[in-house]
Amino acid sequence: MPVKRAEKTPMPVRDAHERAQDFREVNQGYTEVHAAFEAERCLRCQEPICVDGCPVQIPIPDFIHAVAIGDMAGAAKILRTANPLPAICGRVCPQESQCEAECSMTQHFDPVAIGHLERFVADWERTQPPPVEAKITRKEEIAVIGAGPSGLVCAGELARLGYPVTIYEALHAPGGVLRYGIPEFRLPKAILDWEIGLLKAMGVKIVCNVIIGRTLTLDDLLEKHGYAAVFIGTGAGLPQFLGIPGENLNGVMSANEFLTRINLMRAYEFPEADTPVRVGKRVAVIGAGNTAMDAVRTSLRMQADEAMIVYRRSEKEMGARLEEYHHAIEEGVKFNWLTNPLEILGNADGWVGGLKCQKMTLGERDASGRARPIPVPESEFVIPVDNVILAIGTTPNPLLTRTTAGLLTTKKGCLVADETTGLTSRARVFAGGDAVTGAATVILAAGAGKRAALAIKEALLN
Amino acid sequence: MPRILETRRLTPVTKFFRIDAPLIAASAKPGQFVMLRVREGGERIPITIADYDRATGTLTIVVQAVGATTQRVCALEAGDEILDVAGPLGVPIEIAPGGHVCGVGGGFGSAALLCLMREFSTRGDRTTAVLGARSKELLILADELRAVCANVEICTDDGSAGFKGFVTQRLAQLIAGEGPGRPDCVVAIGPMAMMRAVAQTTHEVKVKTLVSMDPLMVDGTGMCGGCRVTVGGKAQFACVDGPCFDAHEVDFQVAMRRNKQYVAEEKRAIERLACMAARETR
Repeated sequence: MPVKRAEKTPMPVRDAHERAQDFREVNQGYTEVHAAFEAERCLRCQEPICVDGCPVQIPIPDFIHAVAIGDMAGAAKILRTANPLPAICGRVCPQESQCEAECSMTQHFDPVAIGHLERFVADWERTQPPPVEAKITRKEEIAVIGAGPSGLVCAGELARLGYPVTIYEALHAPGGVLRYGIPEFRLPKAILDWEIGLLKAMGVKIVCNVIIGRTLTLDDLLEKHGYAAVFIGTGAGLPQFLGIPGENLNGVMSANEFLTRINLMRAYEFPEADTPVRVGKRVAVIGAGNTAMDAVRTSLRMQADEAMIVYRRSEKEMGARLEEYHHAIEEGVKFNWLTNPLEILGNADGWVGGLKCQKMTLGERDASGRARPIPVPESEFVIPVDNVILAIGTTPNPLLTRTTAGLLTTKKGCLVADETTGLTSRARVFAGGDAVTGAATVILAAGAGKRAALAIKEALLN
Repeated sequence: MPRILETRRLTPVTKFFRIDAPLIAASAKPGQFVMLRVREGGERIPITIADYDRATGTLTIVVQAVGATTQRVCALEAGDEILDVAGPLGVPIEIAPGGHVCGVGGGFGSAALLCLMREFSTRGDRTTAVLGARSKELLILADELRAVCANVEICTDDGSAGFKGFVTQRLAQLIAGEGPGRPDCVVAIGPMAMMRAVAQTTHEVKVKTLVSMDPLMVDGTGMCGGCRVTVGGKAQFACVDGPCFDAHEVDFQVAMRRNKQYVAEEKRAIERLACMAARETR
């Protein structure tokens, strides 16, 4: 494995052709040799700005140094203290725009592969006895709404601080987007299950099939059930549609529906599992974020002959992690950049037959800071497709806010919450993650959950 | 896991279940539904809430064995547990009080009229239930409905009980002033074709009508959008915006087409289940 010090130690991956046929994980993880070699590349800067690039301020050089000297237990402890979901974040964080973007090495070389090392340490940790124990020392019970990233982290932190915590989850299994959204080939469910197992070992109770706002109200939790505080981590699960003609044709799905059928309901095992999903020969996925990449690569794994991205801007404006983009290219995904969908065309039976698009060109920057796409006159054309999957974003689910008095939201339906503490417009009610920010990342949600846990502790002590 | 306390076979394909589910019973309202799952790897299916008893903490549902999952549900007996029951979901039905409310139930849809008619009768509304079935043997819960509803009108296609004809024909007669008279609001629950026919019947004579849509759903909580229904030209999610909508605004043609998306897969699942059952008895 002779790798130049200037370059990142590459992540071992499975063969692109082989992996696009199944749902097993693409990245195989560093070996000890890879990890030691990569850890050596860290410059151990006096003022490590990589840490500033991390939403939860992991002391990055410290854990990498521990790896370099072979102190895996030390590395794991440093990581877990700062980030309660290291095995997950090591796999799904957009490192290239966070910690690795700040790495001093990038002035001349590749950044240190911080994400790959985080994953390596977290995977090592999973081979060890659970690094936690139940130490419930306090009386005040706390309820967490939603078992996604922010809720899991908030619950874990509160348990660590000695509070008895109950998580209420609407679906039949905990994990939120980590369960229904991110595919197995990127985040194996075994890792999620291990993390959830740790929470249970710490004394966290998880109650599934309870929809707060319907089964119980927020006020029931505070008044009837006597919870001292509530954390809302209900995410941003409501899929958006384009509003173009043909969206109700058979074979048009939101990425949420497509991925939920497959990840949560295991449609790839149909008929052994009961939930089906109909994937045709040619699949167009609209959008170019991580969810779009997950959906398009999942389409290949569901035996589509041709899977393509349709995106109205260019490669540069794409929201997906670079690694996912590269993996998608390797697996044979096609990319239609600067292509704006106008209408979904149906066949005689009411199923999708084609996608009518127009070519775009880029203009000035718009409110999102990205170049505004402008239609090219008379550039309309039709792509023959059998499925259209919409991955154009999600907004917070309104179920809880619609049924709860006094919870302020923004115009976009996001909960209003204090940036530091997560306190909402209601006393003793805190919130964090996508429910507050709109669709963002796992690590931002984790950070918000952690900060809210500390704020809840402060509030209860005063 | 919620335990089944009582079951009753209502027709060869429909079964009544009373389930121990205190949290759901405490918060359920007419028009809402629950999501069920009966085995690991099983699908989540929406089932309309037929009734609830807050005092005993029990929930009543009626299930028709039409697909593989509903067949599995109907194989359960008292004492069995249901793997997952989540709810109540959806927006409860709201009707201005003081009027004449007419529930129209087709097939096993009549079950959902139980809590609806009871709640509206209790608050002082005049209530009528029009129940339809192909023949007498397929009528369900008529006695139970008589206990909670002032007028119960029976319709059978073959005339084996009550009015001979469709529920829409009898409904038209009521609107014209016969029997209990013209309703102020109609709530139709049953097969899509029946609900569409009711919508057509009440449209011209301008009787406010609600229908309980039963589209394909995956999560039931607003997450997938698979249950979108076109209402007044706009896409609405049946799970969080419905399932009850203004019947005169619903695009039934699109709804019926969308409900057929997985017919082939459903057939395959039923055949497989039959095959497995045959193997077991051998």
